[in-house]
Amino acid sequence: MSNTKNWPLWEVFIRSKNGLNHKHVGSLHASDSEMALENARDVYTRRQEGISIWVVESKNISASDPKINDEMFDPAADKVYRHPTFYNLPDELKHM
Amino acid sequence: MTTIDLEEQFMKRVAADEKVEPKDWMPEKYRKTLIRQIAQHAHSEVVGMLPEANYISRAPSLRRKAALLAKIQDEGGHGLYLYCAAETLGVERDTLIEELHSGKAKYSSIFNYPTLSWADMGAIGWLVDGAAILNQVPLCKCSYGPYARAMVRVCKEESFHQRQGYEILLTLCNGSADQKQMAQDSLNRWWWPSLMMFGPSDADSTNSEYSMKTKIKRFSNDELRQKFVDATKPQADILGLTIPDPDLKFNEQTRHWEYGEIDWEEFHNVVQGNGVCNKIRLRERNEAWDNGKWVREAATAYAEKREQRKNESKQVA
Amino acid sequence: MNSKKNYILHLADNGLILAQRLGEWCGHGPVLEQDIALTNIALDVLGQARYFYQYAAEVDGQGKEEDFYAYFRDEREFKNFLLIEQPNGDWAHTIMRQFFYDNFMQLVYTSLLSSSDKQIAAIASKAIKEVNYHLKFSSEWVIRMGDGTDESHKRIQDAANNLWEYTGEFFVPTTYETEMASKGIAPNIASLKNDWHTRGNEIFSEATLQVPQATWFQSGGKTGTHTEYLGIMLTDLQYLQRAYPGNSW
Repeated sequence: MSNTKNWPLWEVFIRSKNGLNHKHVGSLHASDSEMALENARDVYTRRQEGISIWVVESKNISASDPKINDEMFDPAADKVYRHPTFYNLPDELKHM
Repeated sequence: MTTIDLEEQFMKRVAADEKVEPKDWMPEKYRKTLIRQIAQHAHSEVVGMLPEANYISRAPSLRRKAALLAKIQDEGGHGLYLYCAAETLGVERDTLIEELHSGKAKYSSIFNYPTLSWADMGAIGWLVDGAAILNQVPLCKCSYGPYARAMVRVCKEESFHQRQGYEILLTLCNGSADQKQMAQDSLNRWWWPSLMMFGPSDADSTNSEYSMKTKIKRFSNDELRQKFVDATKPQADILGLTIPDPDLKFNEQTRHWEYGEIDWEEFHNVVQGNGVCNKIRLRERNEAWDNGKWVREAATAYAEKREQRKNESKQVA
Repeated sequence: MNSKKNYILHLADNGLILAQRLGEWCGHGPVLEQDIALTNIALDVLGQARYFYQYAAEVDGQGKEEDFYAYFRDEREFKNFLLIEQPNGDWAHTIMRQFFYDNFMQLVYTSLLSSSDKQIAAIASKAIKEVNYHLKFSSEWVIRMGDGTDESHKRIQDAANNLWEYTGEFFVPTTYETEMASKGIAPNIASLKNDWHTRGNEIFSEATLQVPQATWFQSGGKTGTHTEYLGIMLTDLQYLQRAYPGNSW
């Protein structure tokens, strides 16, 4: 390993057009947030992929642990009453 | 759960075409195989910028110059996406780059051949990118999520590269006798190295089996090579160029083009560092990296100073 | 008519020669992200050059196309700034060259937005967005290097000192510029000098750099008397077109 400190890693999120969410598109290295935004512009929007960019230093993202996916996500599986199709209504009722 | 159980579960998931994501448990061998392959792929993109960069200044029209610059820039971008995919496996980009620069890591041997004429810009786009696309399209479905996603982006961007190269050759082949000769000479030099890009034949490929089993890889080297020859022969006919293989013939039964014996001795020599350009490419990469060291340090130092000033002014307030 | 053609070629040549220099960095940048960033700038200025060459062809009325002006004019006919043809050197020299140029061109394109020539104004309205970004990019790097490490400070200060003598010709009008200014086609470039210095001083001060004090400036680029670098660049640039004349590529 070299003794130079690496530029930190940033995650890049791009809104492709107004009305849509920012979406994670990839990552890059930059020395500060300003450079990260510019690098994101140069790397990830060369083909007009976006009109707005967010960058977040990767170390600031907290991620759920896939090892506890069972307890995190499975309990939602049997709550069928949260979905509209759970309820039986007469066919005459066209829109609800 | 024991490692054996986890591994069994992992193999089942992969066999069922489920994707693996960075924080998921994965066998060490899978991680290592991926890091090696993604890094090699990234190195190939970055080293691959050099032979084409050789002709940016000499591009024979402004339109070609812009297209070539954009194409080489894309390759830098592809290298970047791939290094980032490798980083999700817990290895830093700088570490990978140092392995490339020390000669420890490999990259595609095709880039150890020199570019000697403008037609080579055409041949690289047509043959080298053509071969790369065949390798890369199946990787969009690779079992490792970040690699697959990077490849989707790469393939989307690659689509203009091959067309760009083919158009260069088409223009040369429709041009003067000198130009056509330039194109033929280029095909003569790049044909065999392009076939070698698919790697050793299946019988001799050491890493293939595990990669196939874990769906890092989805077609064998020879399958892809055959696809390439079948796709390329009619394209050469349109150009009016002759593929430099006297044994090339169509097999009516298999419906495939059969090709002659590949010079594996040359292949192994270039892989081992004996190609015309191996040392030149690595020297150039090392110089660029070493010359950039103070630049990278300056940006880090400035960012730290600025952060510090921000904190100080907060304390005062 | 000739003045107008010359003025347009001057703008075009700046773009082409700068793209040629920046293209040398492609594949050799200090880090991938910056390699890509610099190539974006190269593509922007090359694009500007192409618009101007195409317009020069129209004004010239000889039935030529953009490539004729890039590939079949000799060294003495090129009208780019001496600054632009100076070698890349290290990252500091490349950035300082870019900063001096961007700072000037941002002012030029801003005035060209209201050029009495509709086509030039139209090209300027596209170019100004690009140059605004370039100026931001180069300014930030001047500051980063100036206020970075001791080594980067020294290198960027050296670059400023070395390149300073090529900035004077920005503000000394040629006959074609004077004529274009009188017709409202081009700005009176001498009038841009104060703004250029003011903004340059701001960035230099933020970068903790000394503004060079030398008062002797080189000139001649705009009228075709270049440094020795340009001839070699053109040999490279024009080689294929000249070696195989009359062909399409």
